[in-house]
Amino acid sequence: MIKIDFTKELESFTLDIDFTIKKGEFIAISGDSGSGKSTTLRVIAGLEEAKGEIEVFGKKWLSDKSFLPPQKRNIGFVFQNYSLFENMSVIENILYASNDIEFAKYLLYSVNLYNKKNTLPRNLSGGEQQRVALCRALISKPQLLLLDEPLSSLDSKIKILLQEEIKKLTKEFNTTTILVSHSNAEIQNLASRVFKMHKGQILEQDKIQQDILIGSILEVNSDFTKIIVGDNIIKTATKRGFKLGQTVQLDINIT
Amino acid sequence: MIDLTPFILSFKLATITTVILFIIAVPLAWYLSQSRSKIKPFFEAIFALPIVLPPSVIGFYVIVILAPNSPVGAFLKSHFDIELLFTFWGLVIASIFYSFPFMLQPLQSGFESLKKEMIEASYICGKGFWTTLYKVALPNIKPSIMSGLVITFAHTIGEFGVVLMVGGSIDGKTKVASVAIYEFVETMDYEKAHIYSSIMLLISFLILLFVYRYRVKQ
Repeated sequence: MIKIDFTKELESFTLDIDFTIKKGEFIAISGDSGSGKSTTLRVIAGLEEAKGEIEVFGKKWLSDKSFLPPQKRNIGFVFQNYSLFENMSVIENILYASNDIEFAKYLLYSVNLYNKKNTLPRNLSGGEQQRVALCRALISKPQLLLLDEPLSSLDSKIKILLQEEIKKLTKEFNTTTILVSHSNAEIQNLASRVFKMHKGQILEQDKIQQDILIGSILEVNSDFTKIIVGDNIIKTATKRGFKLGQTVQLDINIT
Repeated sequence: MIDLTPFILSFKLATITTVILFIIAVPLAWYLSQSRSKIKPFFEAIFALPIVLPPSVIGFYVIVILAPNSPVGAFLKSHFDIELLFTFWGLVIASIFYSFPFMLQPLQSGFESLKKEMIEASYICGKGFWTTLYKVALPNIKPSIMSGLVITFAHTIGEFGVVLMVGGSIDGKTKVASVAIYEFVETMDYEKAHIYSSIMLLISFLILLFVYRYRVKQ
């Protein structure tokens, strides 16, 4: 169990956070810009100070008497604007977090980037850089994975593919994950619970229905529409009005 | 025949000063680049003073600090039997003061230009301060390091006022190239002054050419 309960004074309001997460759970935090979502993640990561308690699987990361620095928390963090080490190749970036070379290769294969293992970040596209960042965040098998709007600067098609990769990898390693996102489609597709924030407070908490199938439009052309649902890609007759990246609720009989 | 000793001394002085300043300035520049302290401008102003102060002022205070009857000079003499005024190592200390901002400022701007998330990502990856500094921060500010090293080296080679005040003009010990040129002019030996000055001009030009070519490549 992860217990997060802290307050932090910000310029225009007080961030007041209190929630718990179960092992292996994927939760999301949504809200307007400036509502304190990213700061919440940064406090959990130990990148910003706050008052309160954070306890992760029995170990205190933050309390009145103690503060565990970020390098000792065993977390994975994917930043919004790619934060790869520009002086290191793809594989060096991943191995910087852990020297498990076999696992690094496996992760690179999983995200279809093995053939670019010796490439420098500046020669990768935005989507490829985020995939490397995801591999680097996962290689140490973190106790907690924090995703700070990891897909917001990518185009729709890449967003959908990366969502599927995030889903696949976090499920495979049963990684407890907190996603901060503006996108309802992303949250619907990835998380099982969502906390909605406004001016530093969690206003409501919703369970996301897992019994309905949520798909995302991957490709639309004159003959058919491709919809991605989990690991499957479904082709259907084209219907008018679909947009690339749009989230759709599917009739369960379709699969 | 040209006596190369003043040039060798100038190069030795510039090399030692540059190496020592690099070691001192890296952690300090890092601290200043990351600090949000209210007293940071106070320290930045102090460290930048050698840029605006006349060399004679710096030279005067180095003499005051290192003089045998000063607390520092007396301590060095009584405990280590060291006298620094009019010695090569006295010149090194004076040069460290004189060239300090020329190393510190490029490094500090380099560190400030780094993406904050890149540094934070290193901590998240489980690495501490020193590993982050040497494996992530420094390799990503190579142009700033190059500027700091080359400008400090060139500036130390060209210094005159401080060197003359603190070291005097002792053959083979403190008479660097710039002081030798001054003496040739004083004694109206313009031919040698021309030769020495031309060599200094060429060296300075080549150093700057190297820096600008490196910047273009980067």
